Amino acid sequence: MKPVPASTTEPDGAAGLLVQALRVGELSAVDFSVAPGHILALSGPSGSGKSRLLRALADLDPHEGSVCLGDLRQDGVPGHRWRQAVMMVPADSQWWGDTVGEHFPDGAPEDLDALGFEQDAMDWQVSRLSSGEKQRLALLRSVAHRPRALLLDEPTANLDPVATARVEAWLGDLIKRHRWPVLWVAHDPAQISRMADAHLRIAGQRLEEAPCS
Amino acid sequence: MQLIDLAWWQLALAAALVVALAVCTLLARLDIGKTLLVAALRTVVQLSLIGLVLEALFSVAALPWIALMALVMLLMAGREVTARQKRRLGGGWAFGIGTLSMFVSAFSVTVLTLIVIIGPEPWYAPQYAIPLLGMMLGNTMTGIAVGLDRLTDTVWRQRALIENRLMLGQRWQVAIGDARRDAMRSGMIPIINSMAAAGIVSLPGMMTGQILAGTSPSLAVKYQILIMFTITVGTGFGTLAAVLTASRRLFDERERLRLDRLIAPSR
Repeated sequence: MKPVPASTTEPDGAAGLLVQALRVGELSAVDFSVAPGHILALSGPSGSGKSRLLRALADLDPHEGSVCLGDLRQDGVPGHRWRQAVMMVPADSQWWGDTVGEHFPDGAPEDLDALGFEQDAMDWQVSRLSSGEKQRLALLRSVAHRPRALLLDEPTANLDPVATARVEAWLGDLIKRHRWPVLWVAHDPAQISRMADAHLRIAGQRLEEAPCS
Repeated sequence: MQLIDLAWWQLALAAALVVALAVCTLLARLDIGKTLLVAALRTVVQLSLIGLVLEALFSVAALPWIALMALVMLLMAGREVTARQKRRLGGGWAFGIGTLSMFVSAFSVTVLTLIVIIGPEPWYAPQYAIPLLGMMLGNTMTGIAVGLDRLTDTVWRQRALIENRLMLGQRWQVAIGDARRDAMRSGMIPIINSMAAAGIVSLPGMMTGQILAGTSPSLAVKYQILIMFTITVGTGFGTLAAVLTASRRLFDERERLRLDRLIAPSR
């Protein structure tokens, strides 16, 4: 991976993600950075700690080490402000309201149709959503909260090939446009070669660089 | 009117009925006979002891002794609150939060009622203070125990949901808001229900007791209304305080949900 300066916020608000000496669970001495608008793919066998690493980056689990988003230090702002900026999207999304619309801060997002939804999707009952619909709506919901970096935990795990292609195209465009640094947990080598600018694999207690294709 | 005296052999008749019930549960293999008899025995022993203590306390009527009695009652209630929660906060927090909330609500409401409303002379006269505090603690204890149990249980089951809300950048108060409101409500509903049913479905125990002791029903009713109100206030504020404090303790200074602070139920 080529070294990228990631510790400052650029004038347009874009900022890179810089991780130094992170320790969480089995993983230790984790160092990496993601430049604005870049996607870093993360892979590894199940149970190797991919989700725990994302949870530490989102500051949901106690951990050691420092994480910065541009000028913003993880331990320099309250937890909710950090998580609002560095937003994790879990593989299995949770919904607390009855209808989809209650979970969106500013009403229906513009790009509903980009992911194959009609405008009335906001009135749908959450209890009747399929797992694929939930996953796509969870991505829309996270983006609607205006993050500045994304931590995606297998964002296309429950999707068929057509929906996967749609989500990849939409996310790829959005990430380039907003210049978000993105960490993308993926299993599929083909997806990694399509989407990622860099690829890290969990091997035992450390991260090792891996080819994208 | 003089209260009719009860002899021990008359109580023995009632005890015989309890034994009969125990035999029936044994025959029906409900597996509850032993618990029933032990509880009945505890009633006899505990009440006899407290009778002796109260007799002594009433004859002394000194503030330090009454305060000591109140403290013991508070600590026992705190222990009971802790024992009634399935998953509870570790490190003494469950006991601490329960006891402190009861102290803040039940104690202050009792003292306020004694000084401002009833006004016995002196204000700590044990005939008034101890039964009043006992009723306050008994009900506040139930409300707090139910509220805390509901809070920790809900949070345990809704962990993924609450963490997903945190991931979206919500403050901890918002992320746990539904669970917190739910817990507060469930702690307060029993006392609200018993106010609504008072006099229609149930004749409250204290009023019944006063009427048995020869008080005119209209005065007994006034006392009962006072007690109902103070119990409701004590239970309500105690539950609010306990659930608020406990929900704060479920998060750390980084607003992370810390379920490792809960002790798993033994078994």
